[in-house]
Amino acid sequence: MNTLLSRQFWIPVAAIMVFLLLWEWLVWFNEWPNYKMASPTDLGPAFWKFKGLFLEYGWQTLWRTIAGLMLAVVFGVLIGMIMGFSRIMREGLYPLLVGFNAIPKATVVPVIALIFVGQDNFNTVLMAFMISFFPIAVSVSIGLSTLEPEYSDILRSLGASRFTIFWKIALPKTLPEFFGALKVSVTLAFIGTNLVEIIQPHGKGLGFLFDSGKISADYPLMFAVLIALAFLGIVLFYIVVVLEKIFAGWSERGS
Amino acid sequence: MSSSEFQIELSQVTHAYKTKDGPLPVLDALSLQMDKGTFTAVVGPSGCGKSTLTRLIAGLLIPDEGEVYLHGEKVKSPRSTVGMAFQNPVLLEWRTILENVLLPLEIVPNKLTKAEKEARGCELLSMVGLQGFENKKPSELSGGMRQRASLCRSIVHRPEVLILDEPFGALDAFTREDLWQIMHSIRVKENITTLLITHDLRECVFLADQIVVLSGRPATAQYVADGPLPMDRTLEDLYTPEATKLLAELRRQIQIAQGRNDEGEAA
Repeated sequence: MNTLLSRQFWIPVAAIMVFLLLWEWLVWFNEWPNYKMASPTDLGPAFWKFKGLFLEYGWQTLWRTIAGLMLAVVFGVLIGMIMGFSRIMREGLYPLLVGFNAIPKATVVPVIALIFVGQDNFNTVLMAFMISFFPIAVSVSIGLSTLEPEYSDILRSLGASRFTIFWKIALPKTLPEFFGALKVSVTLAFIGTNLVEIIQPHGKGLGFLFDSGKISADYPLMFAVLIALAFLGIVLFYIVVVLEKIFAGWSERGS
Repeated sequence: MSSSEFQIELSQVTHAYKTKDGPLPVLDALSLQMDKGTFTAVVGPSGCGKSTLTRLIAGLLIPDEGEVYLHGEKVKSPRSTVGMAFQNPVLLEWRTILENVLLPLEIVPNKLTKAEKEARGCELLSMVGLQGFENKKPSELSGGMRQRASLCRSIVHRPEVLILDEPFGALDAFTREDLWQIMHSIRVKENITTLLITHDLRECVFLADQIVVLSGRPATAQYVADGPLPMDRTLEDLYTPEATKLLAELRRQIQIAQGRNDEGEAA
């Protein structure tokens, strides 16, 4: 237990420390002023100075990202199921999905801002959703369509319905792929939220704080926002890791 | 009209798969009968339609022509009085061995309590030598052990008909012989009508009351023989003169089915 804790907690912490030290050293060695690149020691004061805003905006960014992600899970799984079970739907939907995913989402921000004028929360959640559902849909569809026929035959030969087969076999068997995709989607969803917050500022979220740092030439603040975003990303990622351990822990091979 | 005296009856079954190059005939006017409680083994060249046969009997496929009857009723869809096991044990990795074995009882309607189900599962697991592994996950078991658990799952709901599609095919020779003996003891104890698909001639001779050699595709019953071993049998019985003679004959029949002559060359 002790060694497990040290492996899973202290080693990542040490890695982050080493990273911060290297960063500090790089700035110090090149004698960069903090308008070129802020150093980790500039971040503490920046966080402290704007601590109220960081909490408020950080929360706004976090809840809208999570809302977008949950939508992505629901729609991604649904589309994945449709494509996983029906070959016709798979062949029809794939090019559409790939094309949609290939569009740079930054260009979509003004479009949805115009369609849903003033709906800041909705727009942000929508963008987080649009950017993050693709990996989930693809992984679920692949998981379902590659299910070996014997797996469904053991229940089908007993007269089980398609839904029972899905619920008892196909769904649990696809969970490892689903969580793999969800880990990718978590970080994508943050990108989506911040795209809207930065490109279409509406006075909310960490993206807006970043934008105001830029306008007021407060470079330590801008870097502090980046670090705050990274921190939120890490937290959400590890929440997914914990969920994966609970629901798909069986797929891990013992070391 | 079919008589209902047989547990499993195939009457003039013809079936073809639809491929993009047109229909591929796999079975041609195949007729088979299996009495209640008997064990039939089916052998034949690779790709001769043996697995199609299992899917037809299980009701997973409906034949193009001819009829399949289970206990006198025409098969139109899958039914819960059938158990199946495949070469791939297909255990669900997220369930324990006992939970895997009990899976059919979650589908087939029954009045068993949780305790009764578990007792039935544990009884079967100890019958195949897996006592103590009830709460292990499939990934902790060897290939032979997984196949034993798969066998338990196929009979936990007391099916009247058991269909085995090369269940021992991927196992090493010694594990396979162990499982033959386990299979035979199951069959003696549970009184199930069993159809075994296999490539192993010694396996047929050891296990079966009736051995059917299918011809090459499209397959029909080319040769039918009775199993020579007494009900109380051991592996040594495979080396009696009757068994050896039957093995030699089966081998000859397979060569004919493959379109070869006695010297093993293409005719």
